[in-house]
Amino acid sequence: MKCAGWKCSFGLVPVLGTILLAVVPLSAQQTPATSASPSTTANSLATPEIPKAVNEKLAQLDKDVKAAQSSADNAWMLVSAALVLMMTGPGLALFYGGLVRRKNTLAIMMQSFALMALITVMWALVGYSLCFGGDGQFIGSFEHAFLRGVGADPNPDYAGTIPQMTFMVYQLMFAIITPALITGATAERMKFSGTVLFLTLWFLVVYAPLAHMVWGKGGLLNASLGGKFPTLDFAGGTVVHISSGVSALVCALYLGKRSGYPKQPMPPHSLVLSFIGACLLWVGWFGFNAGSALAASSLATSAFVATHFAAAAAALGWSAAEWLKNGRASALGAISGAVAGLVAITPAAGFVGPMPALANGLIAGLVCYWMVTKVKAIFGYDDALDAFGVHGAGGTIGALLTGVFAQQVINPIFGAGKAVGGLDGHWGQVGNQLVGVSVAWVFALVGTLVLLKIVDLLTGVRVPEEHEIEGLDITQHGEEAYNLES
Amino acid sequence: MKLEAIIQPSRFESVKDALREIGIEGMTVTEVRGHGRQKGHTEVYRGREYTVDLLPKIKLEMVLPDALVNRVVDTILKTAKTGKIGDGKIFLSRVEEAIRIRNEERGENAL
Repeated sequence: MKCAGWKCSFGLVPVLGTILLAVVPLSAQQTPATSASPSTTANSLATPEIPKAVNEKLAQLDKDVKAAQSSADNAWMLVSAALVLMMTGPGLALFYGGLVRRKNTLAIMMQSFALMALITVMWALVGYSLCFGGDGQFIGSFEHAFLRGVGADPNPDYAGTIPQMTFMVYQLMFAIITPALITGATAERMKFSGTVLFLTLWFLVVYAPLAHMVWGKGGLLNASLGGKFPTLDFAGGTVVHISSGVSALVCALYLGKRSGYPKQPMPPHSLVLSFIGACLLWVGWFGFNAGSALAASSLATSAFVATHFAAAAAALGWSAAEWLKNGRASALGAISGAVAGLVAITPAAGFVGPMPALANGLIAGLVCYWMVTKVKAIFGYDDALDAFGVHGAGGTIGALLTGVFAQQVINPIFGAGKAVGGLDGHWGQVGNQLVGVSVAWVFALVGTLVLLKIVDLLTGVRVPEEHEIEGLDITQHGEEAYNLES
Repeated sequence: MKLEAIIQPSRFESVKDALREIGIEGMTVTEVRGHGRQKGHTEVYRGREYTVDLLPKIKLEMVLPDALVNRVVDTILKTAKTGKIGDGKIFLSRVEEAIRIRNEERGENAL
């Protein structure tokens, strides 16, 4: 998918190397045999016996090498899939859970968990197929509905060395966390029924088409499989972060402010939970970004390093801004900065070197700090946990910077020696990125607005004010997060 | 005499130790929130400032034989004082009767 062409050609290098080594001694033995029969002409390959054995040996070696590579890649990809699931539960659930008031802790955690179950089932039925089936411009097909044809054989369009089943389950984890990110904007006031219905529809109507457009074969924005506007998105800057972040903004505006906002204080009830959640997100992100190499390759290493460096630089950027402004660096600021950096490096991870990754992270940390502390206050929308300020803004910045920092020495996605991003002199890529960003923005804006209207008619979206004051844990789920006296 | 003292949490351990040294063995302690003349402090979360005006305090309650009251008050004054606004207050009031539940002793014997 995200870099299929490059990864496949890279994968061939060790295969060819091993075959070459194997052939040298074999052909040495072979030489006297051929010279002994001078009648044999140039097309001596037709010689019956020994070459047949050699061919069989070669075929066997080829098979063994491929199997070894597949095992290695598969091991890494299964671990990556598990890491990405860990980002939603418990990572995001803890991060968001700590940021809400005590009375809404379970409700926000339950939303993430519900998506782990719901999206998984949807994915098995039609989701995977709508994202990665067929080769349409805007959406996949029903080719793989009910996971038909998804088994141990690789799908060479996307990941040629791992079972398609692995690719399928890895991609599923992205589809789970993306709608879960939106709950940061609807926190503390959206009905559970409305949330579940809205996010299920959102997955089908917004996520699936966008994932196909960017990552699917023939998708409008695909960079390596025949897209019209090749948008570089290594691990989901547009598909995951812009889509969820922009939708989050629409949700915050549609739902309106929480009762009492902004006059009444609504401090996070446990930054300890948020801190643990953010650290789990950071670690899980290695599966998200380095896993997007879809192989245990040197590209995965490069993406791993870029991811880590950006998170560190962004944590420093946000903290420095805060220190200058308030005279103190807060724990919440540092972890928010790290998440902003991880968001911004997501589209770039497999295209940029370590130094641009530091720059990317630093810029994202500063921009997101400004979005969350200044822009939100100016416009007055109640993006409760800053899903837009971090994911929408960070995703947009990251996607645009990918066009600037991408280099063919890291990932020659457009072919060997061909310039990729601005640093290579191909500034047109920034334009392509802008197209991708705009499509994602418009798609998320319109899709979310329409779906919210529909869900509002069917189940309603907002809880009554007295329920909001009492808290969603009790009113939506009939339980409390903390019964410390019992 | 009943004594209620609201003090800074940071001084509590010193006060408790000093009271034990002068032979006070019983007390009831609650963690409370409140403020008198002390203004709260501000907390900043992602750029949003909150003024926290109900600050954490410790409330000590004890019922004392009249003879001990002055010593206890002096000890608390000495050990709970930081000299800053927010050090708290001591309240004294008369107690009608004290009864030990275990053996129904009354008066100073029950203390």
